Amino acid sequence: MESISTIEGEVAVLDRSDVDTDQIIPKQFLKRVERTGYGEFLFYDWVRDGEIELEPHPILVSGRNFGSGSSREHAVWALHQFGFQAVIAPSFSDIFYSNSTKNGFLPVVLDDEDCQKIVEAGQAKIDLESQTVSWDGGEASFEIDSEIKRRLLGGLDDIALTLQSEDEIEAFEAGPGGTYGPVTTSL
Amino acid sequence: MPKTMFEKIWEAHEVRENLLYIDLHLVHEVTSPQAFEGLRMTGRKLRRPDKTVATADHNVPTDGTPAAAMIKDALSRKQVETLEQNAADFGVPVYSLGSETQGIVHVIGPELGLTQPGMTIVCGDSHTSTHGAFGALAFGIGTSEVEHVMATQTLVQNKPKTMRINYHGKLGEGVTSKDLILATIGKLSTSGMTGYVVEYAGEAIENLTMEQRMTVCNMTIEGGGKAGMIAPDETTFEYMRGKPGVPEDFEAAVGRWKKLPTDEGATFDSEINIDATRISPMVTWGTTPGMVIQVTDTVPDPEKMDSPADKEAAERALQYMGLEAGTPMEEIRPERVFIGSCTNSRISDLREAAGAIKGRKVADSVRAMVVPGSALVKAQAEDEGLDEIFREAGFEWRGAGCSMCLGMNPDILIEGERCASTSNRNFEGRQGKGGRTHLVSPTMATAAAIEGHFVDIRNWS
Ligand code: SF4
Repeated sequence: MESISTIEGEVAVLDRSDVDTDQIIPKQFLKRVERTGYGEFLFYDWVRDGEIELEPHPILVSGRNFGSGSSREHAVWALHQFGFQAVIAPSFSDIFYSNSTKNGFLPVVLDDEDCQKIVEAGQAKIDLESQTVSWDGGEASFEIDSEIKRRLLGGLDDIALTLQSEDEIEAFEAGPGGTYGPVTTSL
Repeated sequence: MPKTMFEKIWEAHEVRENLLYIDLHLVHEVTSPQAFEGLRMTGRKLRRPDKTVATADHNVPTDGTPAAAMIKDALSRKQVETLEQNAADFGVPVYSLGSETQGIVHVIGPELGLTQPGMTIVCGDSHTSTHGAFGALAFGIGTSEVEHVMATQTLVQNKPKTMRINYHGKLGEGVTSKDLILATIGKLSTSGMTGYVVEYAGEAIENLTMEQRMTVCNMTIEGGGKAGMIAPDETTFEYMRGKPGVPEDFEAAVGRWKKLPTDEGATFDSEINIDATRISPMVTWGTTPGMVIQVTDTVPDPEKMDSPADKEAAERALQYMGLEAGTPMEEIRPERVFIGSCTNSRISDLREAAGAIKGRKVADSVRAMVVPGSALVKAQAEDEGLDEIFREAGFEWRGAGCSMCLGMNPDILIEGERCASTSNRNFEGRQGKGGRTHLVSPTMATAAAIEGHFVDIRNWS
């Protein structure tokens, strides 16, 4: 995963709430077995119908409950591969937020008012280390879990990190916690 | 200190702080290929194939085609074949097309007895919340997390907040668990449960069958919730007894499971009370599951909405749905009816739908189909003669799969078509580009198929 420190540049605006992952990347593009090749199909139906036009600026600003619906990580891949590096919105769906952070793609929660100001400013700079977004004439700070932040700043591989604790996993499996649930291979 | 059911399960699975052990990993063909590929590229093994199970559901045609090789769509075929190959390479049991136990991943887990109280269950699919109906902690994850579970059998997780929704009183005649959850989402909005694990409780929940409980937990994600849960009780144990995957020492296991329900006096971050007696049959009118009203209402007027954002969203939705404010819901005429999906495709859903037909026929203006959730549900329904009742009435009787819930297979709406659907999402284009979805219960869908428009099932004889 690529590390993130600052993201700066023009903002693209998608002035809608409840933007769901079915819109971000419609299902007909989920048939690929690769992680790449999704960028050109971002918001396929809306773009094709001329409802929206998006420039691949570094930052996208959108409405509340962004990324709701299906768990498809393809939505994050599509946004990222299109050219966005961060999305700023008043709120995100849980799974979308988590998926983003696993891909070096930064979800930033700011309230409606700040989002509006950034839209008006037309450009912004996100500084992950200091957890701030600044724009012409203003600045706001945002919350992010410290562990997620550490992983994003370092571009760290989650699985490699967890496997450093393999001893603990083995110890857990050897204890009572390892005995829950069925043995799928014996059915 | 008294604990919630969620806390008990969470604590029993903490390898260390924020690292959660996963008891069951369900895998399907759409969100897994990149994860398997990741394992290959890094030379990692799939840690616990014995806690993993795979099925093909999203892509599969439901017209009776027997094998993956027969899927006409080359890309769909490749995904299903990739799943079969990956499962073979990594030693994961797979129920693919043609298997007696193939089906929608959230239908087969419970029916095989794999879903059990007290477990942690994940799947690269947001409707994993379904399994919480058994008193399990079950939630959907993305593909990176799928790979993480494959490699480590754990997930890095921050502890979510907890919410309890208490339903007071009983549901009225003709009102189903689908109406209960739609009404709840309508009240709390599509982000009202965001960040929470939600426990559904109260008399109306206790009275539900297991399959009805699954419908409730299934749609937790439509309210933004991370997971939905219902305390296990005799209804749960009765449902599980005799299923292939359940523990051999079943009675001893029941003893353990009985300790799971939330203790008296345990506290939640949020508690909500809903009067179950006031819930009516519900129909969605817009393009999110939160845009929902009683069947006896009229299409809402965006002008009367409080916030500018709601007004704008409602205007867009009405335009997309081809509806006018003020139209009685009962005058809306779907051309298609879909009974199926992981929300409402289990045997009791099909029994209820078939039972409502009573010798009547699907209206000439409607094309209706019934898609069982799994090959086992299909076989059971055929044993009971439900397929005959449906066919006789003019419904199409199909093979098991996700079908028209998401239109990744040949079952889709065409532009502008209006559908009464028992599925869970009415997003723009969900059932096919330009398709218009109204979410309803199985009996409401059946009545709409027969009458050619929505009806209040309570007054429909
Ligand atoms: S039936 Fe629909 S919601 Fe359920 S798993 Fe399949 S596509 Fe997802």
